[in-house]
Amino acid sequence: MTKNLKNKNLPDPIAMREEIMKKYPRKVAKKRTSAFVVNDPVEIPEVQANVRTIPGIITQRGCTYAGCKGVVLGPTRDVVNIVHGPIGCSFYAWLTRRNQTAPPTENDVNYIPYAFSTDMQDENIVFGGEKKLKEAIREAYNEFKPHSIAIFSTCPVGLIGDDVHSVARDMKAELGINIFGFSCEGYRGVSQSAGHHIANNGVFKHVVGINQEKKLTTKFRMNMMGEYNIGGDAFVLEEYFEEMGIDLVASFSGNSTIESYEYSDQVDLNIVMCHRSINYIAEMMEKKYGIPWFKVNFIGADATAKSLRKMAQFYGDAGMIKATEALIEREMAKVKAVIDEVKPKVEGKTVMMFVGGSRAHHYQELFKEMGMKVVAAGYEFAHRDDYEGRRVIPNIKIDADTRNIEDLVVDKDEKLYRPDLQEKKAALEKQNFEFEDYVGMMPDMDKNTLVIDDISHHESEKLIELYKPDLFCAGIKEKYVVQKSGIPLKQLHSYDYGGPYAGFEGAINFYKEIDRMINASVWKLIDAPWKLEPEIVGSVVTD
Amino acid sequence: MLLRHTKKASEAVDRKALTINPAKTCQPVGAMYAALGVHGCLPHSHGSQGCCSYHRSVLTRHYKDPIMASTSSFTEGSSVFGGQANLLTSLSNIFSIYEPDIVAIHSTCLSETIGDDLKQISEKALADGKIPEGKFVVQAATPSYVGSHVTGYANMVTAFVDKFAFKTDEKRRQVNLISGWVEPSDMTELKRIMKVMKVPYVLLPDTSDVVNTPLTGKFKMYPTGGTTIAQMASMGDSIGTIGTGAFCTKDAAIALENKCKVPFKITDVPVGLRATDRFIQAVAKMAKVSVPDEITKERGVLVDAIADMQQYFHNKKVAVYGDPDTITPLVEFLLDLGMKPTAIVSGTPGKAFMKNMETILSEKCPEAKYLNGPTADMYRMHTWIKENPVDLIIGNTYGKYIARDENIPFVRFGFPIIDRIGHSYFPTVGYMGTLRLVEKILNALMDYQDANCPEEKFELVM
Repeated sequence: MTKNLKNKNLPDPIAMREEIMKKYPRKVAKKRTSAFVVNDPVEIPEVQANVRTIPGIITQRGCTYAGCKGVVLGPTRDVVNIVHGPIGCSFYAWLTRRNQTAPPTENDVNYIPYAFSTDMQDENIVFGGEKKLKEAIREAYNEFKPHSIAIFSTCPVGLIGDDVHSVARDMKAELGINIFGFSCEGYRGVSQSAGHHIANNGVFKHVVGINQEKKLTTKFRMNMMGEYNIGGDAFVLEEYFEEMGIDLVASFSGNSTIESYEYSDQVDLNIVMCHRSINYIAEMMEKKYGIPWFKVNFIGADATAKSLRKMAQFYGDAGMIKATEALIEREMAKVKAVIDEVKPKVEGKTVMMFVGGSRAHHYQELFKEMGMKVVAAGYEFAHRDDYEGRRVIPNIKIDADTRNIEDLVVDKDEKLYRPDLQEKKAALEKQNFEFEDYVGMMPDMDKNTLVIDDISHHESEKLIELYKPDLFCAGIKEKYVVQKSGIPLKQLHSYDYGGPYAGFEGAINFYKEIDRMINASVWKLIDAPWKLEPEIVGSVVTD
Repeated sequence: MLLRHTKKASEAVDRKALTINPAKTCQPVGAMYAALGVHGCLPHSHGSQGCCSYHRSVLTRHYKDPIMASTSSFTEGSSVFGGQANLLTSLSNIFSIYEPDIVAIHSTCLSETIGDDLKQISEKALADGKIPEGKFVVQAATPSYVGSHVTGYANMVTAFVDKFAFKTDEKRRQVNLISGWVEPSDMTELKRIMKVMKVPYVLLPDTSDVVNTPLTGKFKMYPTGGTTIAQMASMGDSIGTIGTGAFCTKDAAIALENKCKVPFKITDVPVGLRATDRFIQAVAKMAKVSVPDEITKERGVLVDAIADMQQYFHNKKVAVYGDPDTITPLVEFLLDLGMKPTAIVSGTPGKAFMKNMETILSEKCPEAKYLNGPTADMYRMHTWIKENPVDLIIGNTYGKYIARDENIPFVRFGFPIIDRIGHSYFPTVGYMGTLRLVEKILNALMDYQDANCPEEKFELVM
């Protein structure tokens, strides 16, 4: 049964939308209205998504480079990531996403704390930057002797005609290590999302499956995709997998190595956490190697339990199922103790969340567990399937911006393809076990809640004014804008430098954190005491 | 070890093409910061969304306050056919939706590479009626492949002067203070000094009360601070201009002289005793006032603190990185404290830096290694530190990785500081600001001593 979110205290959504659109010029209002939808979890309405942001609008979105280098490739520690371009792009993506990594020993490589750039100058723009890029790669090789080097193109690179792919080929031949490039110029797509796709393509083409020497012998092998180990989320999950007896071969890309991607084709299963940023690799691996994938969610205690059970069910191993149940029972007891304490203090509070391409959905689980109401949500760079579910994929209009991003043609690898896994998949599907499944955010949201794609500053400011939510979730650029209004903002990209929030341990951290934020004394101290007193009229008289 | 692959200078390769751990960032963020120092102004980034997003993010992390700016949101089409349509749409939307008095447009490497002419597009916007009556558009060219964040700041300040300052027949008894890139707290301190000296002034830009605003329960898109249009207009009639920091302010001072015949004097950013002395003297001379006792007293207090604590500074080696306008007077001050600034880098290019360093260091610290421009990065500085260890590191937040690996006391100074607060509220310019810097340096050194000395050497009184 779906709840109808009709609360006397909340404004009528349609009237409110009109009120917000009033400020916009006619054309802008028309476009924005299509991305500003009143939800119906049964008859899911269409949401405009993954289209260009209107110029001049203050948006949350970033660029293609940010999605490629910053999000997908950034968290991998054994690759020297050289940013080919002027200095800024490398500087801003330097450690700011909090991707934690744990090299096994002090002697293992970790280039994450380093920012590499060709620092292009005037003359490189005029005469081309390929020579400098080659020299930079040589210098990086000579200084560090890395396992591999990746090159990331920034805006001017594509425009001046530098061919990073041919540079990569030449240098690979010269130095004898794996070197590969990404054409992830900032302007390539309408948001970070294009960069995710480009990163997925590059990693699949140049890295996945290239090591056929190493043969894995563990019993239950798996890759985790779309988990970036922000605030240590992956560390929590790694422990669960170990307890279940699963060998996590590669993580794309939190706490990962390029080396592990090279033999990541030798798994039985890919689990997908952030559908938006990584579904491409999962799909391509299924086509080429026959490895099935399904969606998981480790944000929220119940969601974690459900995902772990599904994994155990996939392997169908009695020992694993038993270990998983024991793990869940043990951890759930801890979760319950905290939720019983926190829930009465936050129950019924309202939340808005505008973030990412998965997080605005995943985190609703945690708020539901706390009894809080999500009244509006939206993504920064998602596509329609992330809102409405994968069933709409065949109907998504492919516009010029999407066509820009190459869709790799992937063929079955006759030698490495695993028909046994596909047979297993078919058998499980008969028992209603779902693969390639993502239902999107909207079925999980109440009727009459708001679903807003690529929210603008004006819209969020008005929403705050009209709804007065108890909590707002977004990113660093929105953080203090919202807090100046006296409403706490939880950052769901950087976690406000806290976390982990994944798994049972993460859920506990999150409950406590939200209680702390909403119930902090400071929000009641904003008004000076004299503001509430009648004004004293008169003057200071000296005797 | 966090930076486990960093080598000693003698073992590191000679780099010419690869920058590792930069001691600079790109022009547009400087233009954005400068534009925030003008009242009712919305900075606009003409390029990909990522530029605007990254710049707003780093400024927000640094100030923990709202940083508002808009973007032309380039896509592949605009990059091929030019960004004119995007900018025209932007301007029309910005004035209707966000209602600023001024839109300060800066370019990016993308728009510069394709050759967008901001001035011509703005003129077209005006002709097309996209700029409402009484509203203004300012443009600065800030391609990221030239200069650094420092020159981006300079270009935007120059654009404001060019646009708004004009000369009337009436001279005003006021001094133009064009400030280099410092914190809002420093801007407040500069204004306090001018008030104490009883010198009427216009401060441009002025980010105080813009990026360090109070929590009131109401978000204000355009906070109370910032230089006003009227103030900028009046700069053409001032008796003179003082620019603090040549890299950030000289172009604007020259532009003002060319446009309105206002003479100028460039001094250092008043960080440290002697740089503040020179600043105070420049103000006194230009405004023809004598230095008030209160200022002399503040100076005396600073000298007193240095004299009292001199033993803790003596011969301590320091690594410094950051922007030329601020680290140049800082290096001079460290020498005055009796310290040895032995490793210095600044990513910002410009020959003046090397010359100034040579003048300051050649006699008192000939062993110092210093470099600026491409590959003058924090990796290089770290290789020098590994070769010749230091007792203190001074610079932006990124230094904490070196500080932790090498167990070296660390003082945060410069941009960005994204892991501590204080810089928004407490200045490091003027005698009082320098006193705070002295306190910070002492705290770092003495906390280190307290934490690391043998128990029998642990001191109660220091």
